[in-house]
Amino acid sequence: MSSISQLRRILGTCRTIAVVGLSPQWHRPSFFAAKYMQAHGYRIVPVNPMAQEILGERCFPSVTAAAQALRDQGATIDMVDCFRRGEDIPPIAQEAIAIGAKCLWLQLGVINEAAAAQARAAGLEVVMDRCVKIEHARLFGGLNWAGVNTRVISSRRPQQLPY
Amino acid sequence: MAQDREFGFATRAVHAGAIPDPVTGARATPIHQTTSFVFDSAEHAASLFNLQTFGNVYSRISNPTVAVLEERVASLEGGRAALACATGMAAQMTALLAILKAGDHIVASSTLYGGTVGQLGVGFSRLGIETTFVDPADPDNFRKAIRPTTRAIYGETLGNPRVNVFDIEPVAKIAHEHGLPLVIDNTVASPYLCNPFDFGADIVVHSATKYLGGHGTTMAGVVVESGKFDWGSALSRDKFPEMLEPSQAYHGVKFYETFGDFGYTMKARMEVNRTFGGSLSPLNAWLILQGIETLHLRMQAHCRNALAVAQFLADHPLVSWVNYPGLSSSSDHELARKQFRAIDGTPGCSGILTFGIKAPDPARAGERFIDACEFASHLANIGDAKTLVIHPASTTHRQLDEAQLEKAGVSADMIRLSVGIEERDDILWDVDQALRKAVS
Repeated sequence: MSSISQLRRILGTCRTIAVVGLSPQWHRPSFFAAKYMQAHGYRIVPVNPMAQEILGERCFPSVTAAAQALRDQGATIDMVDCFRRGEDIPPIAQEAIAIGAKCLWLQLGVINEAAAAQARAAGLEVVMDRCVKIEHARLFGGLNWAGVNTRVISSRRPQQLPY
Repeated sequence: MAQDREFGFATRAVHAGAIPDPVTGARATPIHQTTSFVFDSAEHAASLFNLQTFGNVYSRISNPTVAVLEERVASLEGGRAALACATGMAAQMTALLAILKAGDHIVASSTLYGGTVGQLGVGFSRLGIETTFVDPADPDNFRKAIRPTTRAIYGETLGNPRVNVFDIEPVAKIAHEHGLPLVIDNTVASPYLCNPFDFGADIVVHSATKYLGGHGTTMAGVVVESGKFDWGSALSRDKFPEMLEPSQAYHGVKFYETFGDFGYTMKARMEVNRTFGGSLSPLNAWLILQGIETLHLRMQAHCRNALAVAQFLADHPLVSWVNYPGLSSSSDHELARKQFRAIDGTPGCSGILTFGIKAPDPARAGERFIDACEFASHLANIGDAKTLVIHPASTTHRQLDEAQLEKAGVSADMIRLSVGIEERDDILWDVDQALRKAVS
């Protein structure tokens, strides 16, 4: 269970996101989430062996290849965000650990306890069964407009506008 | 890993959904009395229309003031998400039309508010959606009525006006065995006394006009989802293809896949409220919010007063019968204890009770009783701070035929009281003096 403060920290510090399994089709959930994060100031690094370019960004065949290309530019991948089935996660988690990512994020319906434990043991923050777009909208504004129970009880005036 | 604090009901009644306005710092929820919202760019507009980003476009679809009410009620019900509507009837309609179409079937309790019997039995029937009404006293009656075309089970936590308690848990199990959602109208109990999700319900509807608003000023309705119903399960996926398949209205977006556990609420918003327009005005949402802040305090007063009135009537020589589950003599008392919050060590059973007068013509005596009340108001409503009184057979349940009236538990002599939050002794005085005048 990820707490509000943990999610705020992750979304506040992980500004470059490798989206594993990003689909080039505009109506797919992975495209929705990546486009939303891109519109909210995050750098999206597509990882999908079946595509060359998505959302105006070069698409890589693997997390390792993406990290290598970014290293050449002096940039790093902060979060590995996975739109893959739970059973496909272990090798991706290993790559996330190897490239020194800060966070392994598994999307809605994606759960793999063993991979999560390994990532945590290696010092990564792990989020499972959550959508990065939904959690961002929940904490930084927007999701409440859809009538969702954000569970936020606060008297602090937000320092950033929802859009 | 740090856990978030679980705030109590009273705190969430005051705060849930409302944080200070980022631009002005306003602490109270602003009333965004605007129909439309600007886009930052063509790109932003496209994103909004594609549902790729969350935002406001047009108040028929969403509005920031209404959103505070939606999150408030979702929080108080322990739900995942909510959608506000123009009235309770609109909320019911929206909740059901989000997942039903012509040819589908509903199994509903027979002890429902008269308007709901009309909506399901006549209104929906005209649209090709049939309803079978069953006696909720035996949960198995629901099972027996389920057909291959059934898509929802429907009941009221506390029936109107029979004030019977709906046994949610076994009916929820039966619904889930068939891959169906259980829809519960929790208006009379309010989320303070009962959270139907705790007992297995999947969707809750409210007439916020009643206890949530609490002051008889404002019409509104709310649909809440638990977020736990698996629309894609083996039992359900063939019954609710519109939740899983590409939406005709949204160029291929699959609501359940894209929005997960609030996919139903998104669908209800984008495919029913947006299309049929049963949306709530920002001002009305704001007025309901003012009432909700004191819901816990008012419900305590309603329950204490109603129990006192019920006991008074039970002992009164001029009263032939009283119906209130808060009385220990009620056959529903133990079920009430299981499902409702305790107040003063006894189950809080809300403010509605019914009774009949001991007289040669009890129906006529009932009418005289109503005419003799000094401050109990004769009108069609429940859940006001003021005590209300009415004769259901000739008013709220007038459109039902004799058979339906019997199934609904409405007798010709029945008087329904919605006990308010006035001084207990004053309420007892008004009831007593009106009783004496009724039979003299």
